[in-house]
Amino acid sequence: MEWLMNPWPWYVGGAIVAVVMLLLILLGKTFGFSSNFRTMCSALGGGKSCEFFRFDWKSQQWNLMFLLGTIIGGFLSVQFLSNGEAPDIATATVEKLHNLGFASAGTSYYPTEIFEIWSLKNIAILAIGGILVGFGTRYAGGCTSGHAISGLSDLQLPSLIAVIGFFIGGLVMVHVLFPLIF
Amino acid sequence: MKRLIYILLGVVFGMAMYKAEAASWFRIYEMFNFQSFHMYGFMATALLIGVIGTQWIKKSDAKDIDGKKIVIQPKSNSIKRYLYGGVFFGMGWALIGACPGPIFALIGAGVLPMVLVAVFALLGTYLYGIIRDKLPH
Repeated sequence: MEWLMNPWPWYVGGAIVAVVMLLLILLGKTFGFSSNFRTMCSALGGGKSCEFFRFDWKSQQWNLMFLLGTIIGGFLSVQFLSNGEAPDIATATVEKLHNLGFASAGTSYYPTEIFEIWSLKNIAILAIGGILVGFGTRYAGGCTSGHAISGLSDLQLPSLIAVIGFFIGGLVMVHVLFPLIF
Repeated sequence: MKRLIYILLGVVFGMAMYKAEAASWFRIYEMFNFQSFHMYGFMATALLIGVIGTQWIKKSDAKDIDGKKIVIQPKSNSIKRYLYGGVFFGMGWALIGACPGPIFALIGAGVLPMVLVAVFALLGTYLYGIIRDKLPH
């Protein structure tokens, strides 16, 4: 059981995600997590004010079930499959983060400086981050699951362009904007 | 019954994202600093299996569980929407350290600020729906 309780290696995580994607294809579906945001907008009545949300969202209920499962999976991981070990990130990364003011680097799963203090600045970070994720995924027509995993597995050029975009955005955020934000 | 299959697949996915640390803000930061192979190995493994499996499904004319021929819709050709949209998403991904799947895995894990992130992600998607006609695609 110890191997289950310890952090899982990257090749186990990557393999599971690929198998999940392939099973969804065999079930006649497409792996794409961020589509759920559009589905939820539609289910909440977004179609009344915006044509983009006027579609048969009930046909996407399977994906909402998948989302529900993902929440349960996170819950089970922490409650029953965790020994509380922090990700063993690179020493150089820990050092860099300490210099940025993240004392929790190397000892926590997530930076407690952002996720455990309800300051105005943190709320702004969460809000802006959320908007960027929701806006960007729909603009790009997919997120890491739809483009980086499904799309690239299908050798789709648009997905490669999207993934290049993900990296440009991520590199700009971490290297140009982080020093200004933190 | 079928609903249960999707819930179970989601459970396995959520556990893999959390336990293999793809849901860790620190792993995403480390990836964008190119200081570890972890996330690259994660994606490379997924792609190795994903490419072989997807191409095999396409070549074998496989049918899905309902007996329908599996057709994977190609994505429409464009550069602008994928690049611009991708940059917006990438910035959000790096800032909150989670893509959409992990946002919900972390909610389950009890990281409550992620609920706020999810609400604003819904708003972001709604914003896209309103202004999409004015955006270059």
